[in-house]
Amino acid sequence: MSLYSQRINYRKSSRPSAFAGFDPILTLAVGLLLVMGTLLVYAATRNWYAANGLDPEYYLKRHVINIAIGSLLAWGTTVVDYRLIRAYTPILWGLGVIGLTAVLIPGIGAEVNGAKAWIGLPFGFQLQPAELAKISIIVGMSMILSERTHDSDAAQDRDVLQALVVAAIPVLLILKQPDMGTVFIIGIAVVTIIAVSGAPMRWVVGLILLAVIGSFAAVKVGVINDYQVKRLQAFVDPNADSQGSGYQLRQARITVGSGGLIGTGLFNGPQTNGRFVPEQQTDFIFTVAGEELGFLGCGFILILYLTVLMRAFGIARRSSDPYGKLVCTGVIAWFAFQAFENIGMTLGMMPMTGVPLPFVSYGGSSMFATMMGFGLLQNVNARHRG
Amino acid sequence: MNQRARLSLLVVQIFIFSLLVGLLGRLFYLQVAAGPKYRDAAISIQSRDVITPATRGLIVDSSGVPLALNRVGIAVTVDRTKIDRQLDKGVSVLQSLATLLGLQYADIYQRTRLCGELPKGLRAGCWTGSRFQPIPITKEADPEVALRIVERSDQYPGVSATPISIRNYPGNVGVNGAHLLGFVGPLTDSDLSGANGRSYFRSETIGKAGLELQYDKYLRGTPGIKTVIVDRKEAVTSTRHNTKPIAGQHLVTSIDARVQAVTESALADAVGRARAYGKPADGGAAVVMDVTNGEILALASYPTYDPNAFERGLTVAEAESLYSQKAGVPALSRALQGLFAPASTFKAISVVAAASAGYNLNGNYDCPSEVKVGTRAFQNFESKAQGRISLKKAIAISCDTVWYRIAFDEWLRDGGLKPKSNANDYFYNAAKGFQVGIKTGIDLPSESSGRLADREWRRAWYAHNKDYYCNYKDRAPKSQQSAFLVQLAYENCLDGDKIRAGDAVNFSIGQGDTVITPIKEVQIYAAIANGGTIWKPTIAKAIVKTDGTVVKTFAKEKLGNLPADKETLNFLHSALREVIISGTGSGVFSGMPIAVSGKTGSGEVFGKNANGSAKAPTSWFASYGPTENPRFAVVMMVSQGGFGSTTSGVGVRKIYETLFGVQGSKVVSAKILFPSGIPPVTLPKISPATKVKEVK
Repeated sequence: MSLYSQRINYRKSSRPSAFAGFDPILTLAVGLLLVMGTLLVYAATRNWYAANGLDPEYYLKRHVINIAIGSLLAWGTTVVDYRLIRAYTPILWGLGVIGLTAVLIPGIGAEVNGAKAWIGLPFGFQLQPAELAKISIIVGMSMILSERTHDSDAAQDRDVLQALVVAAIPVLLILKQPDMGTVFIIGIAVVTIIAVSGAPMRWVVGLILLAVIGSFAAVKVGVINDYQVKRLQAFVDPNADSQGSGYQLRQARITVGSGGLIGTGLFNGPQTNGRFVPEQQTDFIFTVAGEELGFLGCGFILILYLTVLMRAFGIARRSSDPYGKLVCTGVIAWFAFQAFENIGMTLGMMPMTGVPLPFVSYGGSSMFATMMGFGLLQNVNARHRG
Repeated sequence: MNQRARLSLLVVQIFIFSLLVGLLGRLFYLQVAAGPKYRDAAISIQSRDVITPATRGLIVDSSGVPLALNRVGIAVTVDRTKIDRQLDKGVSVLQSLATLLGLQYADIYQRTRLCGELPKGLRAGCWTGSRFQPIPITKEADPEVALRIVERSDQYPGVSATPISIRNYPGNVGVNGAHLLGFVGPLTDSDLSGANGRSYFRSETIGKAGLELQYDKYLRGTPGIKTVIVDRKEAVTSTRHNTKPIAGQHLVTSIDARVQAVTESALADAVGRARAYGKPADGGAAVVMDVTNGEILALASYPTYDPNAFERGLTVAEAESLYSQKAGVPALSRALQGLFAPASTFKAISVVAAASAGYNLNGNYDCPSEVKVGTRAFQNFESKAQGRISLKKAIAISCDTVWYRIAFDEWLRDGGLKPKSNANDYFYNAAKGFQVGIKTGIDLPSESSGRLADREWRRAWYAHNKDYYCNYKDRAPKSQQSAFLVQLAYENCLDGDKIRAGDAVNFSIGQGDTVITPIKEVQIYAAIANGGTIWKPTIAKAIVKTDGTVVKTFAKEKLGNLPADKETLNFLHSALREVIISGTGSGVFSGMPIAVSGKTGSGEVFGKNANGSAKAPTSWFASYGPTENPRFAVVMMVSQGGFGSTTSGVGVRKIYETLFGVQGSKVVSAKILFPSGIPPVTLPKISPATKVKEVK
């Protein structure tokens, strides 16, 4: 703790208004993604729930509540001086590690689709600590890599090593669940942060090599579960596992492809309404857009992501503060690769992993984390214009 | 922030930008370029076709009497989409249904499983259709049972009882007609694969044999299709298309139900008679044909089976019996598929051969009790030594030795074991002229072609079997190592590729390797009767729509002419008449008031029956009548039935008596089946209610 407290250095900045410094275009793009997500979650669930005698708006209501809570968190993350966030980073990080440890304990963690990623809460709520761990890793690494005890402009080996330790502990715990999708996304965010921190290139190259060798070894030695190997095989040959992952991937591809240029119209997709794609309000939400909104609708969503990411790059570039720059970079890598992995999986370009589509998929933990990431971007934008 | 970090940020930005562009490109490919392909795939995932079968067309005889029609049955069906949703997956419902119908639960379970749901090898009786069709447990439920299911529908959720149309062979005047009509049944995977060039729907019922198979495309009609959209749980969410079924067209045949009935009973009697004489009589066939155009009036095969059993639902025992050797393989149509040596009925062909070789048909020939051919003596089979007789008498009394002499002489003239390149081959050429060894082309499936054992066939046979006969002691089983068979094998190995003297003389009396089907025999005798025209036998006369419009009439087809001049045919006519007057047929036809002509045949069969007894001869009777202005050719054959006349001849007489209204030794004009002498020419009115015109 002493190491951290030394580094805390409050900047007494003036706060003219709670909303000052909001990037309006970024906010608009995120807002539109949330609207699209809400419609798609509703479209994915209303028919099926109605047909089975359940409340057709069950998921819609919960999704709107999640967005409301997420917006509050985003607002909070924006208005609070991020140095305060940084002050609490060790606590956030510690809570994340505790959460990630807790999910592995039988009786506390709930197993869904072969992964122990959830903590069951009262009233049927569930928490996914890995989502929140993403933020604590990004903030923690940025902190270590931006503020140094030496005179160099760029991060040194020792900083990189410290940062890697900060990332490695939660990553190892997530590997144990196992949740390879999240590990993949955190891994890319880590490498990106290190690259942009100005650390020696050998670290970047070395980490990428390590990741490649590591994943080969994991498959060989059998660290990866059978179902994950099957998912990989299904990616290479979609007909290999026609009942499991291969089935889902083929159904997803057919559903997206059948949408054509303009789609069937919202709520009118027979594949979606017949629920031929599993998990279509969470991991496979993009299939709903594909079928019902077509190439135009999907293209619009991609442009929204492009807008969010390019605006975020602008914030990162403009930021005068290395810490803010690195936080932005981490959030960008996180959003970009999570969106790419999710959509790529739906379109058959990436292997199947269970990651939600940022701002769009149904799911509280993911929504809260992404909204907080969005808040971090706004925060940096508001306070550290170069 | 150093320069490298700035550059890294730019690289990351470009990288992420290109990833998103890559996604957009992939999206364009999936949705725009390959969109139609995926839309088709999606439709096949979501849509299910529910098929309403069309009413099958009727099959009627030449007077309009229905041979195959549709009857209303009560089907008890199980809806899988409903019972699968029950908590116990429908077990209790099916159990109480089994009790109600008096069936085993295991049977009902099996019948309601899709074939793909059961492990390979345990699929007998599985449902070949889809989950969305009601699956029939029985199509002939007791109305009281059906009523209980309907009234207590809360007790039998997912089970319903509905009246449905089932194929029925009414058996008017006792007609069985199994080998003629065939039967209907569910599609097999090979039907569905489009192997026969037609496309079907899973749940359709199609013709599986006989006329039902041959004219299926007319009879079947077009099923109605309702395309429904389903969800992943297969619940129907909407309807896309709905077309009504179009009823199948009717088939008018040349069959006469009354002639068919008497042909079947005469054949069964002949078999019974032969068995009473101690012959195995393991099967038989009988055919009646119009000699002037090839129309078939009756076609029967023994043993037979019940064509209605298939719609009732075959039990395993019934299904097995169809192909069981012990039951005589009832599924086999002996009229079309039975291959037998024609024996003495072949002498009609030998007459033509002798005439073309220049033998005087009006001359006298020796008929000794045996003729030595090389080292072997060939005996008369049906008659004793007769001295010097006319050729006509030789036919009448079925003297073999006359033919042995002629055939042996001709064989020597053709070069014997060193055949000339320009051999005359009068006998083979005569048989070829009669189209022996070629299918008649009758409009029924699975006809066998028979075999003409001429020089070419012999060479082909030798090429195929040389290895076996030349290593007979090693290859043949111990039970077939008798001295005779070993010697035979040795001879076959030595010069099996050549026609030997024995082969030649056997050929002349219809023995040896030449075999024909009963339908071929009737074609041959019809051609002799009509003055030499070989007709293609036909059963179908016309296809008629339900509203009475004639869609198609089937033309009669001449396949060729006999290689015989008028003189030869005249001789044949008088000789075949002489058979009935004073020859081998005189006994069974004594007192017959209408003159008919014919020839007996008793074909020797080598080998042994399962019980070790030697095989009894094939009993043939081939004929036509009336002798003047012949109209009908009638052939009967009983396998292992003994002599031609006593077994088959009696049966043939019975058929003529019915045709010509003969009672005792008188013609009763009210009993004549076709008062004008010819079967109906105009097409009948078609109604399922048409009754047989009874002749009293």
